[in-house]
Amino acid sequence: MNNEITIKIDGKAIKTKPGLNLVDVATEHEIFIPSLCYYKHIDPPLGTCRVCVCKINGNAMPACTRKTYDGMEVELNSEELLDTRKAIVEMMFAEGNHFCPACEKSGDCDMQHMGYEMGISHTRFPHLFKDRLIDFTPKRMLIEHNRCVKCRRCVEEVFSDSGERVFSFCNRGNETIVGIDYEQEATLSEEQAFAAMHLCPTGAILVKGKSFAHPFGDRRFDKTSAHKSEKSTSAAAPLPKDMSPKTKKIIATTSLAGCFGCHMSLLDVDLALLDIIKVVDFNKSPLTDIKEFTEQCDVGLIEGGCCNAENIEVLREFRKKCKLLVSVGECAIWGGVPAMRNTVPLEECLEEAYLNSMTTEPGENTVPYHEDLPKILDKVYPCHELVKIDHHIPGCPPTANHIWKAVSNLLWGDEFSVLYSEFKYD
Amino acid sequence: MNRTQTLDALWSFQRSHGYLTDLFVKECAKDLGISTVELEGVISFYHFFRRQSAGEFTIYINNSIVSECKGYRRIKSAFERETGATLGQVDPSGKFGLFETPCIGLSDQEPAALINFFPFTNLTTLKVKHIVAELKKGTPLHTLSDDVPDHLRYTPPIDKSICIREYHQGRAVLKLANLGDEGVIEQVKLASIKGMGGAYFPTGLKMEACRSIKAEMKYVVCNADEGEPGTFKDRVLMNKYPGLLLEGMIASGYAVGAREGIIYLRAEYYWMMEHLRATIQDFYKRGFLGKSVAGIIGFDFDIRVQLGAGSYVCGEETALLNSMEGKRGEPRTKQFYPTERGFLNQPTLINNVETLCAVGRVVELGAQHFLKTGTKNSPGTKLLSISGDCHLPGIYEIEWGTKISDILNKCQADDPYYIQISGPSGVCLSKSEFDRSISMEDVKCGGSFMIFNSKRDILSILQNFTAFFKHESCGVCTPCRAGNYIIERKLIRIANGLAYPADYEEIKRWGEIMRMTSRCGLGQAATNTLSMAIDKFPEFFAQKVDQNGAGLNMKFNMEQALQPYERFKD
Repeated sequence: MNNEITIKIDGKAIKTKPGLNLVDVATEHEIFIPSLCYYKHIDPPLGTCRVCVCKINGNAMPACTRKTYDGMEVELNSEELLDTRKAIVEMMFAEGNHFCPACEKSGDCDMQHMGYEMGISHTRFPHLFKDRLIDFTPKRMLIEHNRCVKCRRCVEEVFSDSGERVFSFCNRGNETIVGIDYEQEATLSEEQAFAAMHLCPTGAILVKGKSFAHPFGDRRFDKTSAHKSEKSTSAAAPLPKDMSPKTKKIIATTSLAGCFGCHMSLLDVDLALLDIIKVVDFNKSPLTDIKEFTEQCDVGLIEGGCCNAENIEVLREFRKKCKLLVSVGECAIWGGVPAMRNTVPLEECLEEAYLNSMTTEPGENTVPYHEDLPKILDKVYPCHELVKIDHHIPGCPPTANHIWKAVSNLLWGDEFSVLYSEFKYD
Repeated sequence: MNRTQTLDALWSFQRSHGYLTDLFVKECAKDLGISTVELEGVISFYHFFRRQSAGEFTIYINNSIVSECKGYRRIKSAFERETGATLGQVDPSGKFGLFETPCIGLSDQEPAALINFFPFTNLTTLKVKHIVAELKKGTPLHTLSDDVPDHLRYTPPIDKSICIREYHQGRAVLKLANLGDEGVIEQVKLASIKGMGGAYFPTGLKMEACRSIKAEMKYVVCNADEGEPGTFKDRVLMNKYPGLLLEGMIASGYAVGAREGIIYLRAEYYWMMEHLRATIQDFYKRGFLGKSVAGIIGFDFDIRVQLGAGSYVCGEETALLNSMEGKRGEPRTKQFYPTERGFLNQPTLINNVETLCAVGRVVELGAQHFLKTGTKNSPGTKLLSISGDCHLPGIYEIEWGTKISDILNKCQADDPYYIQISGPSGVCLSKSEFDRSISMEDVKCGGSFMIFNSKRDILSILQNFTAFFKHESCGVCTPCRAGNYIIERKLIRIANGLAYPADYEEIKRWGEIMRMTSRCGLGQAATNTLSMAIDKFPEFFAQKVDQNGAGLNMKFNMEQALQPYERFKD
């Protein structure tokens, strides 16, 4: 079959050969079709992640399972399809327990990279917080089921020398996990184990003791986007100069169930802070130590989710006093690291922390409960489940530039464009 | 051991030992030449395979919506009380294991349960008490089990009826030689027989496609994995007319040039297995199976039964093929039709029980008989499994084009309010649509017809459906695996009164995403009914939300959220 055919992707005619994989053809012509499970040499393609969905002659289907034919018309980047693809990746984030800042694979993770590419600032779906295991039993590897997206790459690719599968899907439906065969795993060489780790598009397969491959800044997805290059210089947030004090905008900030890291990041604009305070006043905020609101504010920046009743009270107060509310950082957006407890019943958490812990004082056998102490909620809630949140700035913490660019956009309508390297989940 | 024998081997061990022991799994994997984890993957896919003791008597109560309406909860507590086992567990003595399972194909006689795969129907608390007491006494199980009546309620006059009519063994098979292989396909096309499982793909085209491919081996597979909640027509066909089914398979095999037929029977119908096998033996004796079927030189055809092991998605044809190959029943990627690459990568014709019976009838009666009734695009008749809130649940052979209201009258539904057609993945109808008709032109129906009266809570019907899809999703593709789980959470919010009108729009959009991106029909159709119901029962859904919409504060149940902590008060 040497005949040439023409296919169209978003109206652009491409000359190619029939029977080739659509994702490959698109990539050859510098058209990026996002896909997590696709691996060029696995045939038939896995078709598990469904991120590469596009419309072929009007019908929605995953690009990776389609072969080219003459007259093929592919709709790729319509608003609907972009949103649908984004939704699928959001579903993965909502389904698993993806704590990027605590993940060895962060920065080298295909799924995280997909999130950057699609500009996912938060998921539209509620996070499911299903309790999942971390399996330390294998000889060389550990399997982090919280992070597995069931792409099936490892199932189809990793075999022991005797030709038997090392991994297999087990269970069914939302209980599906990738099971590992301990006997077969033990026969793998170190290189084979590494290959399995690198095959995994997330941080679900790790080789014990070897999982931190690169330092920050040198990781695969730290600087380069898959389909567009960016200029290396990153200008700081452009703030209007010479504003008279009368027109100063007012910002309030708070840290709920957070670590104050986002506030630290806020200060990381360094000298630009001097410009900022010329045009912005801080009202209630840990930065000013103002405890009660004294006036209506333009923007409220919320760090942290809600883990106790007091958090909710503060958040609702912010909603009342601020025109716009912004969730800053992972904890405010979906619970973040404090939400690690969401997969475990509260009773167990408290008993572990106060009653059974190694550091419990002898004789001390109560969980603190006092009318002066805020009451702890059954789980950590993202802010948008309690009040309307207008905007989300992802990151743990978000970079200073990202925060201030977003804020200046909200306050003065300044052009908003965040560089790839400024958009980070960790 | 051949990989295709995996399911049989697992069943055989489980039947003699109660559950699959670690040692057995290891040895079985060795025999198959696969790693243990791969076999574990297969076992854990099917919910009837057990890796731990499930009691001497394993009880599966049906938790489908019809059962729920007919008293599932009562029956569940009765079993718990009498056996001492809590749902999902085995009682301390190890005698009884109590579990639930989706629809077992007995919706016309709910609540129903399977005990060691023997059917028990029309359960009441007294009946449960009696059954358990007898079992404790040592009464043999099969003497306690119920005979399952067919409940044939309606069939058109003899000149129009197709499936439900007298059956004489061999009438179709003996006509094959005269008709010729192409003649069979021609008749099937003329009668425009379509896939009766609910996909409505023209059977004639499928046969032609399969016939046109040259291959060493071709297969005819009967999809008897009737898993769509509310349907039981295939059960009745196999119970009453097993011969007709076999003749349909033989005719199909003859038409496409296949040498082997396989009936993939769902495990819930294990109690019919012996009956089917006896009929097959009888066919061999009479020369309708085996070498030179019915005297046709060169046409050798065998039929065997493959038992499933509990998985709704295996009703999807490519998942069924994987399951027959001894793998996890995950749908394939649809690069090839089964007629190109099916069972063991050979051309395979897969049809539903009812479709194959229709093929048998078209050979026997001729296509002209089909054209006497029905509508233009759907000549002939259709079997409906009617269940729910009506006085006469059972099988109705209706002429295509019959009005819903006629059907409701026939089955004596007093207060029909919400009708679910073709099961949870089908469509729902409200009162204003009862003058529509069952036909290809209007409301298509795969067989399930569930009636709910005005006292039923629509939301709990929909929650039951969503829970079903969540349980039965194979887990391979993201939108179906995660989507159903997410939708379930959303419905809980609505049920708890924490929702806003915008939530309904979200459900529809999310459903659309699942429809666009799921790999197979399960995920694609999972939210159909939900989205439809929101539009068709606006007054009901309006009650469930705060019409003021989400203001700046979201609804939140603080009391509930603080409950676990309040336990530490003293």
